Amino acid sequence: MSWPHKDLLDVSQLSRDDVAVVMKTAASFREINARPVKKVPTLKGRSVVLFFAEPSTRTKTSFDMAGKRLSADTFALTKSGSSLVKGESLKDTVLTLLAMNPDAIVIRHGESGAAAFVAERVSCAVINAGDGRHAHPTQALLDAFTLLEKWGTLADKTVCILGDIAHSRVARSNVILLSMLGANVRLCGPRTLLPPSVDGWGVEVHSDLKKAVAGAHAVMCLRLQLERQQAGLLPDLREYAGRFCLSSATLTGADPDVKVLHPGPINRGIEISSELADAGQSLILDQVASGVAVRMALLHLFITRKDRGDKE
Amino acid sequence: MALPDLAVTNLILPETPHAVDLLCRKGHVLGVSPHAPGTAYENARVIDGRGLTLLPGLTDAHAHLREPGQEWKEDIASGLAAAAAGGFSNVMCMANTSPVNDTASITEHMTKRAAETWPGGPRLFPIGALTRGLLGKELAPMAELAQAGCVAFSNDGRPVADAELFRHAMEYAWDLGLRVIDHCEEPTMSPGAGMNEGRVSSRLGLPGQPDVAEAIQVARDVLLADYLRIPVHLAHVSCRRSVEIIERAKARGVPVTAETCPHYLHFTEAEVEGYNTLAKVSPPLRTRDDVLALIQALREGVIDILATDHAPHAAHEKETPFGEAPCGISGLETALSLSFVLTDKGMLDAADIVRLFSSNPARLFKLPHNTFTPGDPADFVLFDPRQAWKVTPESLFSKGKNTPCLGRTLTGRVMALYIGGQPVFTRGECAPAATAAASRRTHGRSS
Ligand SMILES: [Zn+2]
Repeated sequence: MSWPHKDLLDVSQLSRDDVAVVMKTAASFREINARPVKKVPTLKGRSVVLFFAEPSTRTKTSFDMAGKRLSADTFALTKSGSSLVKGESLKDTVLTLLAMNPDAIVIRHGESGAAAFVAERVSCAVINAGDGRHAHPTQALLDAFTLLEKWGTLADKTVCILGDIAHSRVARSNVILLSMLGANVRLCGPRTLLPPSVDGWGVEVHSDLKKAVAGAHAVMCLRLQLERQQAGLLPDLREYAGRFCLSSATLTGADPDVKVLHPGPINRGIEISSELADAGQSLILDQVASGVAVRMALLHLFITRKDRGDKE
Repeated sequence: MALPDLAVTNLILPETPHAVDLLCRKGHVLGVSPHAPGTAYENARVIDGRGLTLLPGLTDAHAHLREPGQEWKEDIASGLAAAAAGGFSNVMCMANTSPVNDTASITEHMTKRAAETWPGGPRLFPIGALTRGLLGKELAPMAELAQAGCVAFSNDGRPVADAELFRHAMEYAWDLGLRVIDHCEEPTMSPGAGMNEGRVSSRLGLPGQPDVAEAIQVARDVLLADYLRIPVHLAHVSCRRSVEIIERAKARGVPVTAETCPHYLHFTEAEVEGYNTLAKVSPPLRTRDDVLALIQALREGVIDILATDHAPHAAHEKETPFGEAPCGISGLETALSLSFVLTDKGMLDAADIVRLFSSNPARLFKLPHNTFTPGDPADFVLFDPRQAWKVTPESLFSKGKNTPCLGRTLTGRVMALYIGGQPVFTRGECAPAATAAASRRTHGRSS
């Protein structure tokens, strides 16, 4: 199984075949996660630096667990927890990381393009765990994995992404990946939370939730940053919830077997009603489980590619 | 007729089909006469200018020289060396130094440093702050600044949101006979955005600044100029929307003038792809349509002048993720080459460039300049329109190597600059008798 990429910066760099490889590998690792002893020696002696310049307990824990289940040593470097990166330029942090000679760097950063900045300067694999508003490829891959587990294919499925699209790296990566896999993607949110030039994205755009979910096979809610109200993008959260909160009632026009996703953490009652988040059609916990498997697959593919002599 | 003490022979003048000789005496132009082979200019220093284009010394109405306060980016000495290498005999420097140029002592410090650094070199004309500390709260002491040598006022980099204060600034400056230069940007719209808002910014996940953020303030300034009948000069216009407002205003006789910069004529938002911080500039690079509108506006006189907005930064400051990098392009040394590229494409002609980069800005800000009329200062550029050169950090005299031209090959290069009949900068083969001192200063960057 040849793996042509040094880094994972966004899903746009992957071909359909690459995605299939990730999905297949993740499926095999998902099986390990169901065993009583959830550990294999695949990456024994390898080291993975988790560089999280922006806080994210979920993604960091998911990568940490993925690394450990493959027997890799993981080292966390967080902006708040370390004097190393306080006030230091990203370039100097990169040089420090490089001196540790890791096999992979997983990076989360508040600036769009930060993962590419690091990838250009290090020889090891760099996996983008979210950069600014730009991309969150591992989230998109785990979302697709979750849906593929249920459906087997995304062809002819309609997926609606709901909420703050403009500021969301999750939405950007998902639009690219879901479309690539054949899904019909819709976006829904108030005009203030839709990106400028969204017409150029080649997807349906709605500001009416009823229309957006009509006939949809899945609705993916995004997390709303509560400070959007102060930024003048929303009048208040009550009004937002009134127009865009996903619930059994607002979902009535969707496909009868509609699935609901959310990357977490959830603002219950704002993005999604509490009962719907816990209902049978909610895949929110499946996403968490898929996340570990997909990240195991990615660490495996990126770290062992050189052992197999995969092409640069 | 007095005899010349300097003759530069066999030159090409943009608007003249035949070769000419430029004759100077005591630092002034004596005349330009058709070149006749074999003419002997006795007792004159004679320089063979074969194949070179003769241009007047250029005026840059918008440069950031960073001294005092940010000398790691640029200082007055390195800035003037860059200006000379770019063909500029006059340089107007913006007030956003540290401390801000809002007191006479800062203005005097700047002019003194220029005179000490390079007597006879490019002339430095400071621009005073419009508001104290550039804070947009109270007027700077403009009369004091004018007295100390400021030639205009600007809050460049920190647009004034308060329309009432801006109105008073225009009025107060007008009393002093000087013009206000406005950096047009509605400051509440996407503060800190380093690129154009549109398809590219959406895809890259970078906050964008829409062109209307500029045009809204252009419209405000035009309305004020019309109402007050006081001129205002609009800095670095970057988009079609602004051009259209200025065009309508001028047609109605509103006293507004405007500039744009060579980088807005060549690069679009696409240059930011790959998070290229060298393409991060304020206002941001726009679209192809905006580029075409700007070039047409220059040709038709809707935009009056070209300026560099030379904004040097240190390499480490640009080697960051895009959002963290400062805005600015180092522009003094590529300005003329980039402008002449447009003549090759037939979009401007050499006479346009002379008008946009020399006579118009000098007249607008009442600076000494050369129109090749007898008695004019003998400030001139010898330009080789065919010489190709690669823009590398080593090829630039400015400390700021931050330009999207880096690594590209430009055609057309300044070979020499004379100010007051003296060579202040010469390059390679065409080197006339450069004075040892000037040579040392212009080539001393490696030390
Ligand atoms: Zn400016």
